[in-house]
Order: sequence, then structure tokens, then C-alpha cells
Amino acid sequence: MTVIPAIPALPRKYHGASVWALYAVGFIPAVFGFYLGATGQLPGDAIKEFEHLLGLWALRYLVATLSITPLRDLFGINWLRYRRALGLLAFWYVVMHFATYMILDKYLDFPTIVADIARRPFITIGMAGFIMLIPLALTSNNWSIRRLGSRWNRLHKLAYVIAAAGAVHFAMSVKVVGPQQLIYIGMVMVLLLWRPLRPRFNQWRRAQIGRPSFERAR
Amino acid sequence: MTHAMHTKTWLRTPYPRDLNFGVMATDANPLAAKETPMSAYRPPKIAAKEITPEKFFLNRRGFIAATAGGLLLAQRAQASAAALKANPSPFSPDEALTPEKDVTNYNNFYEFGTDKGDPAANSGSFKPTPWSIKVDGMVASPREFGIEELMAFPLEERIYRMRCVEAWSMVIPWIGFPLAKLLDKVEPLGSAKYVAFETVLRPDQMPGQAGFFQPLQWPYVEGLRLDEARHPLTILALGLYGKTLQNQNGAPVRLVVPWKYGFKGIKSIVKITLTDKQPPTTWNISAPTEYGFYANVNPAVDHPRWSQATENRIGEGGFFGGSRRKTLPFNGYGEEVASLYAGMDLKANF
Repeated sequence: MTVIPAIPALPRKYHGASVWALYAVGFIPAVFGFYLGATGQLPGDAIKEFEHLLGLWALRYLVATLSITPLRDLFGINWLRYRRALGLLAFWYVVMHFATYMILDKYLDFPTIVADIARRPFITIGMAGFIMLIPLALTSNNWSIRRLGSRWNRLHKLAYVIAAAGAVHFAMSVKVVGPQQLIYIGMVMVLLLWRPLRPRFNQWRRAQIGRPSFERAR
Repeated sequence: MTHAMHTKTWLRTPYPRDLNFGVMATDANPLAAKETPMSAYRPPKIAAKEITPEKFFLNRRGFIAATAGGLLLAQRAQASAAALKANPSPFSPDEALTPEKDVTNYNNFYEFGTDKGDPAANSGSFKPTPWSIKVDGMVASPREFGIEELMAFPLEERIYRMRCVEAWSMVIPWIGFPLAKLLDKVEPLGSAKYVAFETVLRPDQMPGQAGFFQPLQWPYVEGLRLDEARHPLTILALGLYGKTLQNQNGAPVRLVVPWKYGFKGIKSIVKITLTDKQPPTTWNISAPTEYGFYANVNPAVDHPRWSQATENRIGEGGFFGGSRRKTLPFNGYGEEVASLYAGMDLKANF
């Protein structure tokens, strides 16, 4: 039993370029949103729209980051080379989300910002997620991986907590939790639940096909 | 106040108008101040720095025409609205208007969906006519009012600030008449203390009321104390910007209470009931710790999840309009309405 999607493998010589292309494409929503907002083309409350656009894309990149492993386990698609870019995109979108809140929304009114973070649970949770992202972003390089060894793996398990914080922050920020918030909470839950299941699944899979499926690099 | 007088004044102010409404109102209708039943009314003062630079609203048409998308939006916006004439009212403060495209495309009307653009996008199949409002409860003469009958009340244009509980605001030129005039016709009994309102329930025409996910309990209900309902600032609105209401704004008839958060302004009303008990209100049922019965605009009482101290004025041109402003107690209508709440703890009765 093998599940191999019919997507052609990318030649190795394009791997590096494809990662840089992902960064370039990944920032398009922010750039386009900023252009629309700065020229008065975002509807209604432009600052809020932009802030929410950035937050939503940050959550999407977090979900994408956590999807790399199950994609490899279940479908044999090895997109590990994009994981760092996706994680860093999530980080930069959170930075922009927070900067928009601080500068455009609150005009750097620090007493209000501090009070917001301390008193409003959904902002506290969002801020906690942001703080946890910082060490992950700082150690998202080969040197840190070599330097930290197995501790790097343990540190980067924070990504699970961060994604959960992001989804909860999103759901708590709206007046009524709707389908969109439930979909993100559901996706994060499935992705997190996969982690304890995957050793057993991969063991079973190896028994079935005689080798781990992720050797088939694509 | 005679009808002949109304005819004369609105003839001199044809729609659509591109100029400042407030100035025209006073120029065109110098007698209005003497005629109004509440001559003590003074329009709330607006600081000069808070007034939107003229270019933002005078250029509205040019801006819309400049973009194909804007043009389409404008055309769609016209589709469901008919011209509506009204008498400029002395109750209108001289304040820069929020562009019509924002007033008609940035809405909270969960019956059509929870996103701001949903009401404009999903309300196309809603039928605002025929329509009638049933008025019953503790009244001497309960009855129904057809929409034509409502349109026959002497209509006034009221330019009001609208402060949403989500910390944004607009300035909207409503057309309507004081709710008190409708209540007079049904003769409330001495025992009546509150007024309850109900929105139409039509899952077949309102996608937010149908399907698997229901954000709120339907029908939407709201309520006011009788003295709030009878206050001269409280109106039933039938139109805005010189036209009948569009579906996304609560067609064909909605409540506007300018010193309260926007969610008190119940839309597409089918029933008004006079009662002696405080009526249930939809957002209070949904989250009692976040939305109270009174819901008076109050910068000193934060929403549990955000501050109400400031607000963002919609439609002032993107990121750098510097449009964040301080929220005023009672949305700036304190001089007119604060006395309604004398001796009340407004922090407890939020």
C-alpha cells in the first residue's frame, strides 16, 4: 500500500532557488495589504483590516510549518527544505502584526499597550506566542542547529505551543467564534494530535512497505 | 409645523448633494430652530481638529469614479435604494460625513454574515417591501404601520455620529422621524416602562439566520427604557444619504439611538412592544459580561477585551489619516441625554 501523489519532483539544482522564491511570494500578502491600506483602498477600518490580515497570514504560516511533517509521513512528500522559511515567515508576520497594533493602531501609546497586554487575556496569549517565537527565529539557522544539537529539537517543540496560542488568540479576539476560527483551531488540533500518533504510524508504515516513506524525496 | 413648510424647504435642497450638509441645513431653513419642539437643543460641539479635511469627503465621487471596482460598488449600492426627500433638521451637527461607500459596505448585520462586507454581499435577495411594523403591548390602541404610512411621517435628515462597540465610528446622514411620534399614535399606557424591538426572521432571505452555524439567537431583539425611546434624538430611520435604506443598513426601517453603541440600533424592525419589564437584548444574551442593556457610549467603561477610550473614524483615508480620536461620554450627546441617567451608576449599568 503506497500513497504517492502525482506531483513531479523538483530537480535538486532548483531547491535553493525555490526556498528564496517562497520568501518572495510569502511576503506578497503583507506588501499588497500595506499598499492597499496606505492608499486608502482597504474597506472601512483600514488599520484593523491590515492588522487582521497580518495576523491571519501568521497563523496560516504556522499551520503550514506544522504540516510539513505529516505531509511527509502520510504522503511521502518531503518539503522539509521549506519548513524554516515557513516558520520565519510566520515570525515576520507576527512582528508586523504586533508593529501595526503598536504603531498604526495605538500610536505607540505604551501605557495603553502594556495595560492591554496585562489585562486582556487574548492579547496576553498572543503576546506570549510572540515572545516564544523569538528564540525559535533566532535559532533558525544551521549554526544554531549544530551548536544546540538535540537541545535544538527540544526548543523547537515550542512551535506546538505557539500555534495553539495563535489559534486561541484568533478565536478569543472576535465577538462570536465562527466557522473560520473553528477551522483554524481544528487544523492546529489535528496537527498537534498527529505528533503522539506518528511514531506508531511510521512503524506500521515501515512494516507495510519495508522502508520509511520519506526516503522518496520530492 | 405645517406640511407646506416642509415642501418648501426640501425643494431648496435637492439630492444628491455634494456640499456640507450642516451648513446647508441652517442656511436653507432659518426657521427650523424656532419650529423644533425642543428649542433648548444645541448641536454638540466638535473640535476643529476632529473635522475631516474637506478633500476627503468632497472627493468621494471622484475617488469612486477613478476605480473600476469603486464604480461597480457604487452601482450596486444604488441598485436597492430609491431617492428619499427629507427636511434638513436642526438636530444635525455640522460634522464631516463618512463616505457613502463606507456606510453601505462596512456593516455589522449578522443576519447576513459576520464579516463587515457580508451584509452588502449577501443581502441581495432580501425583500424590504411589502413591510409593516406591529406595535402592541401596553398601549391603548395597538396597530400595524405599513411602510407607506411610516414614509408619510414628516421626515428629517439627522446627521449623527455612530459609535460601534468595536471602537470605530462614522458620521451618517440618516433620514427618519422621532420614535416618539410613532409611540404617540398608539398611546402607551401609564404602566409601560420599556420598549422592546424585534427584527424580521427570514432564514430564506437572510443567510446568517440559516445553516449549520448560527452566531446569535434569532430573531435579533433590542430594548430601550420608555424615556430613552421618547427622547427627541431617538429616531426610526428609513433612509440615509438622501435615499431609502439599503438592505445591508437595515431596510426598510431601523432604530438609531446616537448616544448608544451601534448594536442598539436594531435593523429591519417588524415588531415594537411596550412592556413594564426590561426586555431581553440579543448581545446581552450572547455575552452578558460584555454587552449590557444600556450600552451607552462610555469611554470610562472598557469592553472586557478592548478599550473604549478611543475610536477610529472610518473612511478618513488609509493608515495615516491620524483618525484615532477620543471617545466622548454618551458619544458627545451628554448635554442632551445625561439627565436621563441622573443618579445611576453607569459602570454597573453598562
